[in-house]
Order: sequence, then structure tokens, then C-alpha cells
Amino acid sequence: MGIVRTEKLTYEYIRRDEEGNVEGITTAVDQVDLDVEPGEFLAILGHNGSGKSTLAKHINAILYPAEGTVWVDGMDTGDESMVWNIRQTAGMVFQNPDNQIIGQVVEEDVGFGPENMGVPTREIWERVEESLKAVGMYEYRKHSPNKLSGGQKQRVSIAGVLAMHPKCIVLDEPTAMLDPRGRKEVIRAVRGLNQVEGITVILITHYMEEIVHADRVFVMDSGKIAMEGTPREIFSQVEKLKSLRLDVPQVTLLAYELQQRGIALPDGILTTEELADALCRLAGGKGRIS
Amino acid sequence: MVFPGFFLNRSQQFFATISVRLLWRAVFPAVKQEYLGRCEKRYAPGRDKGGGLQKKEIRMAAGGRNGRADAVVWVGNDMLRDITIGQYYQTESLIHKMDPRVKLGGTLLYIISLFFFRNFWGYVAAACFLGLVIRLSHVPFRFMVKGMKSILFLLLITVVFNLFLIPGTELVSFWKLTITVEGLKTAVTMAIRLTLLIIGSSVMTLTTTPNNLTDGMEKMMKPLKVFHVPVHEVAMIMSIALRFIPILMEETDKIMKAQIARGADFESGSLIKRARALVPLLVPLFISAFRRANDLAMAMEARCYRGGDGRTKMKPLVYRRQDRVGYLCIFLYLVVSITAGRLG
Amino acid sequence: MSIILDHISYVYGGDTPLEVRALDDVCLQIPDGQFLGIIGHTGSGKSTLVQHMNGLLKATSGHIYFNGEDIYDKDFSMKKLRSKVGLVFQYPEYQLFEIDVLSDVCFGPKNLGLSRKEAELKAAGALRKVGLPMELYYQSPFELSGGQKRRVAIAGVLAMEPEVLILDEPTAGLDPKGRDEILHQIKQLQTETGMTILLVSHSMEDVAEYVDRIVVMNRGRVLYDDVPKKVFSHYKELEAIGLAAPQVTYILHELKSRGFDVDTASTTIEEAAETVSRAVLGR
Repeated sequence: MGIVRTEKLTYEYIRRDEEGNVEGITTAVDQVDLDVEPGEFLAILGHNGSGKSTLAKHINAILYPAEGTVWVDGMDTGDESMVWNIRQTAGMVFQNPDNQIIGQVVEEDVGFGPENMGVPTREIWERVEESLKAVGMYEYRKHSPNKLSGGQKQRVSIAGVLAMHPKCIVLDEPTAMLDPRGRKEVIRAVRGLNQVEGITVILITHYMEEIVHADRVFVMDSGKIAMEGTPREIFSQVEKLKSLRLDVPQVTLLAYELQQRGIALPDGILTTEELADALCRLAGGKGRIS
Repeated sequence: MVFPGFFLNRSQQFFATISVRLLWRAVFPAVKQEYLGRCEKRYAPGRDKGGGLQKKEIRMAAGGRNGRADAVVWVGNDMLRDITIGQYYQTESLIHKMDPRVKLGGTLLYIISLFFFRNFWGYVAAACFLGLVIRLSHVPFRFMVKGMKSILFLLLITVVFNLFLIPGTELVSFWKLTITVEGLKTAVTMAIRLTLLIIGSSVMTLTTTPNNLTDGMEKMMKPLKVFHVPVHEVAMIMSIALRFIPILMEETDKIMKAQIARGADFESGSLIKRARALVPLLVPLFISAFRRANDLAMAMEARCYRGGDGRTKMKPLVYRRQDRVGYLCIFLYLVVSITAGRLG
Repeated sequence: MSIILDHISYVYGGDTPLEVRALDDVCLQIPDGQFLGIIGHTGSGKSTLVQHMNGLLKATSGHIYFNGEDIYDKDFSMKKLRSKVGLVFQYPEYQLFEIDVLSDVCFGPKNLGLSRKEAELKAAGALRKVGLPMELYYQSPFELSGGQKRRVAIAGVLAMEPEVLILDEPTAGLDPKGRDEILHQIKQLQTETGMTILLVSHSMEDVAEYVDRIVVMNRGRVLYDDVPKKVFSHYKELEAIGLAAPQVTYILHELKSRGFDVDTASTTIEEAAETVSRAVLGR
């Protein structure tokens, strides 16, 4: 069984009017089945309001399913007594870097999770050190979080989760509020966790460039899983992505446009290299197709 | 433990608007004062009063000619993030290094001692002790005096009331007022007592970071938990507040600028007009604060926060030699001053 | 008739060791009706720069002329300047405060001294320009979606009918479709009304398609000031300061280096597809 598994997961927000009568029900997550293998890098894509964040909050037992079940490392999130184990197993990083840093000094913030878990003082220090080194923020350990850039703050948040020694990290749009430089920093750190530390990563985002390296991609739309596959398979369906309010990297889009103009390129080109290689092959080194 | 996101429905928003309207007078002047004060404190430590920076006023007004500031834009965006909260004076000293519990306990005992004296000698002893501590703390004396400014008015009132209202042997009399010997005595005592008290507590806040102070308080108050006093929670609230004040100040600045860009005028007109002008500032600010609180609570829970029970400390407070010496000194001071103060 | 920035510098924390030069001798001339992109990463001074243009920040040295008048002149009315130069801040939805959308948008016009009725007319006009559906006018702004809130906030500035509209990162946090919709709407606004528009962004890719001219800011200075094609030809220098040219630029340079005869100055997918297919197919 996978590290995170959901079965027919459904969640509803109930809207009420002033008197508390039910005005309407919004189904944020609708019958979602998910199975994440340990060590996998999974990306969940979707436009704003597609239900991807709501889904993420179920994995951390912040929300409980209205229907269906969520298992994290074999633990049912509906089981109250398991809540703290689940949160420790599946850590979570949120969107706004300012609203998730609790400590007034970087190292104190990273120590917050282990403190809550009752880890002995000496081990906390060890964990803080290794976590900060893993995200490349060790030299900032004595800084005030207020003075860091957005990307640095998000890396501190990741270190804070890492210090709890989770098996899985869920990142809920960690780059949405960052500039391109910060976005790169964070994605590099996340890939490091996955490849070096072997931690399962579930990355939620609407930036297409960030999912190129994922093992598997889910695309969500109005609470349902609309597409599923490797990044290449997903990106080869340009029209469908557009209809889901998403776009594709410029290189994929260019390849698609060239296909439309009658150049026989393969589907789902993801990098500049691939496009150049494919064109070279077609042209046979002459710089043009005869 | 379900967080359905933060939604304000119409009535909640209306309520927010109303309460904000009522609150504005109490809150805003204080915020503004703090805001300016902090900037100065941060950027002028150890410097002459005129040497630091600080506020940049744009004196170009609604009418253009009357020279009234229509926007006080204090500092650049990044600067607000550097503000240190509290009056902590950064330097190396024995007092700075001491355990916050010693400083807290010492200050408390010192303040209590001030109320035990029956004669002049007690105050002399207290002043000597205070002078010694200030000397050891390496904090310039004028920073201590700064703390006095805020209570100058209170001090004056106390003195005046005591001077004129206490009956006894007449000393001087003019118009309808009479100064008595007893009155004069009480007034002088009160003035000395208050001065010593304020400067004494300033020493503590100047030498202890707010963070450290919170830790110290939490540990000292721990026994109160038996009486269901939420000691840990209070300490946590304080430290979170300390982290978020600079962020909210920055936000205030941003919203204020945004509304000025939409033609809002915060600084001119009658009292009522100005009160109304604050609604566009305070409503977004409150909403933002609520949203942040909600996010933060969620982030804390996601990191397994479940109150103070079973929590370990990354930086536990441990008494060292200097702290034991500190306690001894406080004890000696108490014995000496109270004996001296009760002679005769 | 234009905005002219003449040797503008902005220093804060002066006289202390923490002195920061947020703007350093910036000279710019912005003619009427231009669509200008100001690009720079966080902390490059781009937001500080635009806040000078409507007088929210006062330059430490230098002059700003709006339609030929020095805005630091003591007879110059800042209030009037702010009604002419509209500034939409980053995440502008956080400044919404009224009971319903229409009243919120009325806030600006009412501050200009218009009557309730006139203000409402202008507000409705502005809301129409940003493409907000009519049925949302009397809803609480807090019940709208992120993209809708942002439109309302932009309308709040538009309702003051400024001659110059400055938008500070108007697409931050929106999804790709939302981003395209907003940018598209802004472009449409510019072509319809002939308004001068300044778009502050850290993404070259987003603005490349829309703007006439790009100003690249770095450490408080103007690094490049030119048409997009010329600016992107410095893609290596841009990379060095943490910015990136659109991916298209990189693709075309890569193809060029592999012997394809492509025009590397293309900035949009359309143009790139055109030049690549011409190079590859030979027609």
C-alpha cells in the first residue's frame, strides 16, 4: 500500500446565510482516488479553486473527509487518536511564508516541530542543524525571519517540517507568492529532499515549469481528477490543459505550434534541449527539411 | 479542528466595521506613536537624539498651501521589517547574560522593597543598589530616563494631589490651598518611590530581549498552572505577537498608502471626519490579522502543536553561577535596605 | 505631456550604518499613451520607483515633472496628482473594505469630491471595464474569488479616471488563465482609452507580449530601457541578475547555435513558430 492513499474522498463546504440556514453546498473535492508510492515526486496541478488545496489539507489531517477515507502510512485520518502521528508522518508547507513561521529566530522556528513532539533538547539541536543544512539555510540560523527573502522563508518552513522527520511532505503552492528567483530556490530544495533524502513529495502548484521533474502529475478540476500521467503525457495534451485554465511551458507550446504547421515533432516536448534535438534529427544536420 | 477557510459574511463584516469605528480612537494614536517611536529607537540607539532618522513627512497637502501633511510616509518598505520590539538595548554585560528569571524576580522584590521603607535611608540604599546595577548593565543612563517621560504626567498628578490634599500641620497657605508638612513628606516620598520603580523596571526591559522575558515568565509562573492559569498559552501568545507586530506594521503602511493612492485623507478635517477616514485602513487591517491568525493556527497544528503539555525546549533555561550570585545579591540588598529603611 | 523623472534618488536610513539606496539616480521619460513594463526582482527598487510617481514617497534628490509641472513644487496639489496617476498596489484585494463591491469602487471618486450618484456612475463604468459581471456589484467583496477581488480593486483605481495607471504585480498569485485574462484586459483598456500604463512585474514572459517598452531595474538603477526585443537580446546579463528572458529567447538562441537560420529577436510564441517553421521548412 502507498504512503498516502485516498478512496472516494469527498469534501463539502457548506455556505450559510445570516440566519445560519444552508445556502448552498460546494463540493471542493469530489470522489478522489489517489495512491502515492513511497519516494515518489507527485505533482498536483489545477487552477485556483479546483480543490487542490483542500485535497492537500486532508493528507495532514487538517480537514477530515465528508465521505471516503484517507490513509497516511496505513493510518486512517478519521481516527482521532492518530492525528499527531499522521501530522508527523506527512508534514505540510503552506503558501504564505509570513504566516507559517512561528519563531523569532530561524533556528527556533525549525525547532518548533520537534519541541512539540517532545524530542529531547540535544536531539532538537541535531535535527535543526541537519534540516537547515539540507535546505541550504544553515548560515542564516541566527537571523530573524523578517529579514529573509520569500524564497529563504519558504526554505526555513521546509526545514521546520524536515526537522520532524516526516516520510512525506505536502507543499501547498509554496511558490505562489515568490519571485522567479525564490521559486527556483524552493523547487531546488524540494527536489533535493526527494532525491537525496528519499522523502515522498506531493507538490501542489499552478506553475507548469515546476512539475517537469515530477514522477507523476495529477490535474484537478472542480474537485475531480481530470488528468493523470507523467509530465510528458500531460503536456502533450495542450488543448485539454488550456480548457482546464492551465498553460504549458513555452517550449512545449512552441513545439505544438510547429506541429500545427506541419513539422513532425514528437508529442510532449519538455525542454529546450529536446526541441533542438528533435529539430536537428528532422533536418538531418542541414538546418532545414528538404 | 476544522478550518473552513476564512470567510466574512455580510453581518460579520458589518460588525467589524462598527467595532472598528468605535475602536479607532483608542487604538490608532497608540499605534501611530508606537510606530514612530520604534523607528527612532531602532535607528538611533547610542546616538544623539537628532542624529538618527526618522520619519519622512510629505508636506504637500490636500489644499496644497496650508502645509499640512496629507501623508506621513515614514520609511521604506524594507525598513519596517528591521524594527525591534521592546526597548532592548543591545550590548554585552553581566546583567544582559543573566537568566531572565533572576532579573524578573529581582525586579519584583526590588519594587516590593520600595514600599517597606519608613525613612529616607531605605531609599538611599535602593538608589545605590540601582546605580550599581545600571553601572554593570553598560546601558547609558539616558535610556533609563527615557522611560520616565511617559509617566511624567502621572508623577506630577500624584505629587500635586498629595501635596495639597493631605491634612496635617500647616506649612504654607495661599488662596484656598494649603501645603502641610505631612503632605510635603508624602509627595516627596511618592515621587522618589515612583522614579526608582520606573527606572528599576526599565533596567530589566533594557537588558532582556522580549523573547527571553517571555521564556522567563513562563518558567516562573509554572506553579500557577495548578490553579488553571494558562501560563504556557499566555507566553506563546506574547511571543507570537512579538513576531507579528512588525509584519502588521508593514501591512498598515501598505494599506495606508494604497488608500491614499485612492484619495483617502487621514490627517485633515474634523475629529469625526478623521474617525471615518480610518475605516478604510482598519477594516482591511483587522481582516488581514484574522486571516493571518487562521493561517498561523493551521500551520502550528500541522507541526503538531497541542499546547504546553509534553513539550520539550530547544533552549531551556538553566541557572548558572552568575545567576546564583545574582540571587544572593538581591537577598543581601533586601536585608540591608529593609533594615536601613525601618530604623528608628 | 508626460511623466519625467529627473535624476531621482531615494535613500532611507540616512546617517546610520543601515543606509539603503533604494533608488540611485534614475532618469526616465514616459510619454503619453505608452504601455511600459518595469521589470526587476524583489528589492530592485521597482515598487519604490512607482510610488514616487504619485507622490507616496518623496525623492531624497531629483525632480519629477508631471505634464510639465514639478510635483515637489509647494503649489502643486498632490491630491490632484493622485487622481491623475492611479496606483494599484501588489495584492490590491487586501485593501477592500466596504459592504458591497460598488461602494468600494466608489471610494476613490467620492474622495475626489463627487456626489454619490456621479461616483456610482463612474464605479459602474470602471467595473464594466475590468469585466466584472453585473450581478456581483451588490455582493460583499469578501465573497468573491481571488481573481474577481483583484478586478474590483483595479476598478477602484480606474474609477478615479486616471490618465496614467500603474499596476504593481497585478498578476501575483493568480493562476495562468487568471493572469492572461487580467493582462489582456489591461491591454484592451490601453488600446481603447489611450491611457498610459506602467506594469511592474518580475516576469519577462508575462509582459513581453503586451508592452511597448521595458525598463529593467537592478539595485535601484535602470539597467536597460528599450523595446522588448532589444532588452531580451541581453538575456545572458539578465540571467546574471536573477531575471530571465522568456523561454522563447533561449530556444531561439539554442536553435541558432545549432545552425538553424532563425530570427532570435522574436519574443512571442507566434513569432517564434513563424521564424522556426520558415527556417526549417524553407518557406
